[in-house]
Amino acid sequence: MVDSHDRSPVRSARSGDIAVIYASDYLNKLSGERIERECRAHLGAGCRALVVDFKNTGLVNSIGVSIMLGVIDAAERAHAPLVFSNVNSQAAQLFEILGLTLHASLADDEHAALRMLSEVNVAQPRRVPVGKHT
Amino acid sequence: MSDQTTKLIHAFSALADLGEELADTRDFEEMVRTTLHVVLGALGVRRGAVAEYMQGDDTLRIVAAWGLGDDAPATLTFAAASAEMLSAPHPRALSLSESDQLELVQHQLGDTLVATLGELRLQLVVPLVVHKKFVGFILLGDKATDEEFTLYEREVVRTMARHIGVGIFNHRLLREVEQRAEESRGLYDNLRTIYRDTVRAFAAAIDCKDKYTQGHSERVGKYSEIIAREMGWSEEQVEGIAVAGYLHDIGKLVVERDIINAPYKIDAKQSSELNRHPAAGYEILAPIRHPYADIPLMAKYHHERIDGRGYPEGLTGDQIPPGAKIVSVADSFDAMTTDRTYKRRKVFTEVVEDFRKNAGKQFAPEVLAALCRAMLKEVNGETKERVIIKLLGKGYLEPEECRPLLVELIAELESGVSLAAAQ
Repeated sequence: MVDSHDRSPVRSARSGDIAVIYASDYLNKLSGERIERECRAHLGAGCRALVVDFKNTGLVNSIGVSIMLGVIDAAERAHAPLVFSNVNSQAAQLFEILGLTLHASLADDEHAALRMLSEVNVAQPRRVPVGKHT
Repeated sequence: MSDQTTKLIHAFSALADLGEELADTRDFEEMVRTTLHVVLGALGVRRGAVAEYMQGDDTLRIVAAWGLGDDAPATLTFAAASAEMLSAPHPRALSLSESDQLELVQHQLGDTLVATLGELRLQLVVPLVVHKKFVGFILLGDKATDEEFTLYEREVVRTMARHIGVGIFNHRLLREVEQRAEESRGLYDNLRTIYRDTVRAFAAAIDCKDKYTQGHSERVGKYSEIIAREMGWSEEQVEGIAVAGYLHDIGKLVVERDIINAPYKIDAKQSSELNRHPAAGYEILAPIRHPYADIPLMAKYHHERIDGRGYPEGLTGDQIPPGAKIVSVADSFDAMTTDRTYKRRKVFTEVVEDFRKNAGKQFAPEVLAALCRAMLKEVNGETKERVIIKLLGKGYLEPEECRPLLVELIAELESGVSLAAAQ
């Protein structure tokens, strides 16, 4: 799973002050570290909140969990709320057991995540209420 | 599925991933970094590092870190005495967050390291020990749940630590083997250089004995090298034939200087004495363990002829080693193209005529053809270096004159016309 030669860019989008990063299928490999770097880049560029979308991600393995912990760390250092969207039920259970949901909220999909974040004043950092997950 | 089962499956699958990662030897740093993610992700640990103990430096090198921030140190000081203390098999994980263990941990790790780990918010230290040798640590921070590590989780980390320790240990062994191989390669290259320099020195000594053929051995070495390369020999074989060229006349060291330097045609007795030099050369070279094959034989048979009228043994055709056939052509070509005390060198048309006349008799046609091809390439400017042109001197090979002669001779030699005519 060492894949230093995988250099394809991480897909992301901006919605106002919110960045949406698509975890895709490289989350479970070392190249998934690019997701964390992408998050940090958006935060550095002035984003006030992050959504990591798991729509095209199947299972999340231990490497994927570790990388998401890195994203949590980056978000907390920037006092930015973090929402995981489109998380499947297995990954959601794992995130809950391992404590990731204590630091990030879950949303059914990307729109729900954006709506959730728009309801809080991202300029006044505080935890987003934990949403219902699939 | 219950949380406990999910957790168990997740830990088992992390162990399986770990095995896969450790088997990947392409990039050590990436391998360690990936395994660190596996450990952190298996238990939901927010930050951590894998440190390798650098024996001799008394330092811990941080091979991989996650969640420690950009200012995390690259190395940590670590006393050799602590490494000794931690070298027991199956070591326990040391907790910095449990006050009742702190004194023991400080004793084992040293106050400085404990303080640094505290600053980095790392609280569980798992020694990596392989074959009673301490190789490093897995350093773990707090869990995302903010709970203490359970006994079960510590066992999971210890199991992973044993695998990661073996990975680091194996990598270290590989690094040592590579280093030794590199040193041996350097030593071998030095020996080869010394060998080649010695060969050159011998060649100079041989040529010194014959005041009329200064530089002959070196030129024969270079011509032999060019011919062999043109014939498609490997670089190793080309190096060998060059050495044979340099040393082909070493037997002359045992021949009287007066005979070698006679400014007149020598008599039969003197000729017989001079003709001893190939066999004498073999006697000198045979006991030496040359890094290339057949060098003594090339010296011994460089005066043999394809038609069997050569010496010392009167071998014919394929009885003569291929290397000796090459040295023979190189030797005669230099003799024809350099001034001797009793005769001036031949002009190029005469050399071509000699080749044509003696192909298949004195010389192997395929060797002559190779020399001619090499000359033609230099004349046509197809080669980077023009060694033959330089050795022959300016103006000897006039392109307009020699090009058609070479083309014609090569065609004849390659089609076997000269050889057929000779037979």
